[in-house]
Amino acid sequence: MSDSAPLLEVDRVSKVFTRGGLLSRERIHAVNDVSFRLEAGRPEIFSIIGESGSGKTTLAKMILRIETPTSGRLSVRGTDVAHIHGRRAGLAFMAQVQPIFQNPFEAFNPLKPLDHYLFMTARRFNGAADETAAARMADGALLQVGLSLAEVRGRHPHELSGGQLQRVAVARALIPRPRLIVADEPVSMVDASLRMAIVNLFKTLRDELGIAIVYITHDLATADYISDRLIIMQRGRVVEAGDARSVLADPQHPYSRSLKSAVLLPDSLTPAATPA
Amino acid sequence: MLSVQGLKAYYMTRHFGVQREVRAVDGIDFEVLRNEIYGLAGESSCGKTTLIKTIAAAWKPPLQIVAGSVGFTFAPDILRLAPAELARVRWKHLAYIVQGSMSVLNPVRRIRESFVDFAFRHLGVARAEFDRRVSAHLARVKLDPGIVNAYPHQLSGGMRQRVTIALATICRPEFVIADEPTTALDVLVQKDVLDMIREVQREIGSSVLLVTHDLGVHAHVADRMGIMYAGRLVEEAPTRELFRAPRHPYTAHLIASLPRIGDRTTRKPLEGSPPNLAAPPPGCRFHPRCPLAMDRCRAEVPPLQTIGAQHRVACFAVNA
Amino acid sequence: MFGTLRDLLKTNGEFALGAGLTAFVFLIAALSFVSPQPPLDVYVVPPDLPPGWPHVFGTTSRGQDVFWQLTFAIRNTLLFGLTVALLSRVISLVVGLLAGYKGGWVDRLLMSINDTFIVIPLLPILVLLYFVMRDRMTWGFLAMTMALLGWAYDARLIRSVAMSLRHRDFTRTSVFSGMGTREILQREHLPYVLPIVFSTTLNNMNWSIGLEVTLAVLGFTDINTPSIGGMIYWANQHTAMVAGIWWWIAFPVALVMMVFIGLYLLAVSLNEYIDPRSRLSRMGVAS
Repeated sequence: MSDSAPLLEVDRVSKVFTRGGLLSRERIHAVNDVSFRLEAGRPEIFSIIGESGSGKTTLAKMILRIETPTSGRLSVRGTDVAHIHGRRAGLAFMAQVQPIFQNPFEAFNPLKPLDHYLFMTARRFNGAADETAAARMADGALLQVGLSLAEVRGRHPHELSGGQLQRVAVARALIPRPRLIVADEPVSMVDASLRMAIVNLFKTLRDELGIAIVYITHDLATADYISDRLIIMQRGRVVEAGDARSVLADPQHPYSRSLKSAVLLPDSLTPAATPA
Repeated sequence: MLSVQGLKAYYMTRHFGVQREVRAVDGIDFEVLRNEIYGLAGESSCGKTTLIKTIAAAWKPPLQIVAGSVGFTFAPDILRLAPAELARVRWKHLAYIVQGSMSVLNPVRRIRESFVDFAFRHLGVARAEFDRRVSAHLARVKLDPGIVNAYPHQLSGGMRQRVTIALATICRPEFVIADEPTTALDVLVQKDVLDMIREVQREIGSSVLLVTHDLGVHAHVADRMGIMYAGRLVEEAPTRELFRAPRHPYTAHLIASLPRIGDRTTRKPLEGSPPNLAAPPPGCRFHPRCPLAMDRCRAEVPPLQTIGAQHRVACFAVNA
Repeated sequence: MFGTLRDLLKTNGEFALGAGLTAFVFLIAALSFVSPQPPLDVYVVPPDLPPGWPHVFGTTSRGQDVFWQLTFAIRNTLLFGLTVALLSRVISLVVGLLAGYKGGWVDRLLMSINDTFIVIPLLPILVLLYFVMRDRMTWGFLAMTMALLGWAYDARLIRSVAMSLRHRDFTRTSVFSGMGTREILQREHLPYVLPIVFSTTLNNMNWSIGLEVTLAVLGFTDINTPSIGGMIYWANQHTAMVAGIWWWIAFPVALVMMVFIGLYLLAVSLNEYIDPRSRLSRMGVAS
């Protein structure tokens, strides 16, 4: 993977699903001609905003190599994702791109302790030779998200809250030192009081570790809070794109406008003064 | 309209010899007045689902009512009613809108038949008149009356939710419980559905107990709000007042951390996480995470006290 | 582990009964090692004696003590059942997990093979095999054949569980943690598949024992090695029921019924115990 190439290049990517048998077929354009680019030297938080059926999750899956594009080219660091075959190349790819999933309780096997995944990632990606080395790496990653190995060791997913689990998921994703993290609605299933810790964490990842983040959400307010740039998708197509602040302050496309007007919190209901 | 006094409901489970007691609802007192929308807010595992199950008298073992009473004006002590009387009260006086319309609408029966299943018995009119009322009601929730012939899966999520609301309100019940009515819906549809709930409420004049973790929803439709934390009510106030001047540290943090478009100031997170209700902390359940915690908070449970017009708070730091 | 077994014994009636019955049968099988009479010898004791002392279950028309014959018979039968069950589990697991996880052409190929095996009619094939093999039909060969015939149905069950697991987020997390296919199947998916494997093992044992008894009664197996079916075969040869020697048939039948019921009860109660959902609720996850 070359260093001067863009970190992520999505070039006219489409994904078509066909349903039905021999006699009646239905083509669904989940993603339709989407293009954008994330440059290598400038880590940013790039949001993909859309409702259900907009294709945002399918797009995320394609970036993560879980689905392959029907047409167009999707490349990470210059390498076309569709041309990655075999275990070695797959591992090299995953060392660069890691996911965060929506449901923190589903992200880990409920029957297994959490450190199993942390150690496995350390062993496979960083070549940790033994358990001590793996433990050190796991602890390092956990400290970066505000937890520690002592708190997590031996625990099963149900023993932690959604917010803590999501942080463990971020820590695990950090171990291979990826360049890009794809987060699919990472806080929609997390309690409101714990949400901000995770969202702030993404900012820290960008600023201190130089990791670019593709942040997928339906919540305009959170997207405004952390994004640098964003695109808004409707039924597979990009309807608006640009700098986050300016797009959300004054959206041009009618769909973007209706999304903004549907936000439920009126500006009139802000606290007058925060209590001590 | 509704009066809940000292309600305590715990889950007692025995599984292969292991006994656990989860204190989901631990001493709740509140009232819902006539013709108002009362919003109950709280995060996951705060006990609000258990609370509404209890209020709707829809509880089953392992949930047990340990103490307290629930009274409606039309059913003074609903917890002690016999099943036959409960069936009479339900739907005619007390209706329930659930999260996830598909759990209400039978996927193999048409919408019309669902209406018949739910409401025909209660309205006690002839079939022709019943059909007419159903059409009129559907028009009122801005649905084409022709959908009565459709199956649930042929409608979109938003339409299904509106059908659920229509089903719940066709008998003009005096009290409606709405449990996360808009959660799985898209943002655009959510607003429509909420507006509709409010319209229907104003028209029928019923009281609505709206339960959701989403504060935005409450901001949009609730008249008064109550905040639940770990099985207890910690603050209650009219919506405007609650957003403008939240007094309890938990409420204050929740409201301050709400992201708003155009506001990029860094939000400070809250330490810790909601307590495990099987082994909750002593005293005030919020004290491990509270920036204002004092020694007293660890030892005693702060009572819910009135500090302003319809504004109640359970916090020693505030009431001192 | 023993703590959980004790808990199970105390709280679950089915488990207690099943464990009791199975333990009893295993005890009888174990007694075969201390039998005073070698199993194949005939006319070592007076024939046709009703149950009494010292022959507690009576004696057969061939001059064998029914009780000691039974110990060998049940031992062989159980061993047979166990072997078939284990062999066929291995095949079903490999086929089911691989087909479910990989999908695509691997799945299609494996399932076509699978479906071919499902429709094979068992009894006619086994009878045919006997007539072809005659004296060369050993127990080992029979066990292998039955294992090859008995994996198909359960492989499909396992495959459906594997298919649902493939799409769950934690499988993806495992992939992104660098785990290979074999590892994922073995460490992540196997615990979910175990309840099926377990209950089908015990079912499979019942099935294979039943089939073996059927074949032996008809004389289609190596009747010189004592087995439950063999005993019934010999009893029929000597028209025991007509001659009034009811104990020769009654006791083997009673014992094999205990095996069936005991294994079934064990399967049912243990199945509920190791099912991931009940494990989770025991660990304290809110459902």
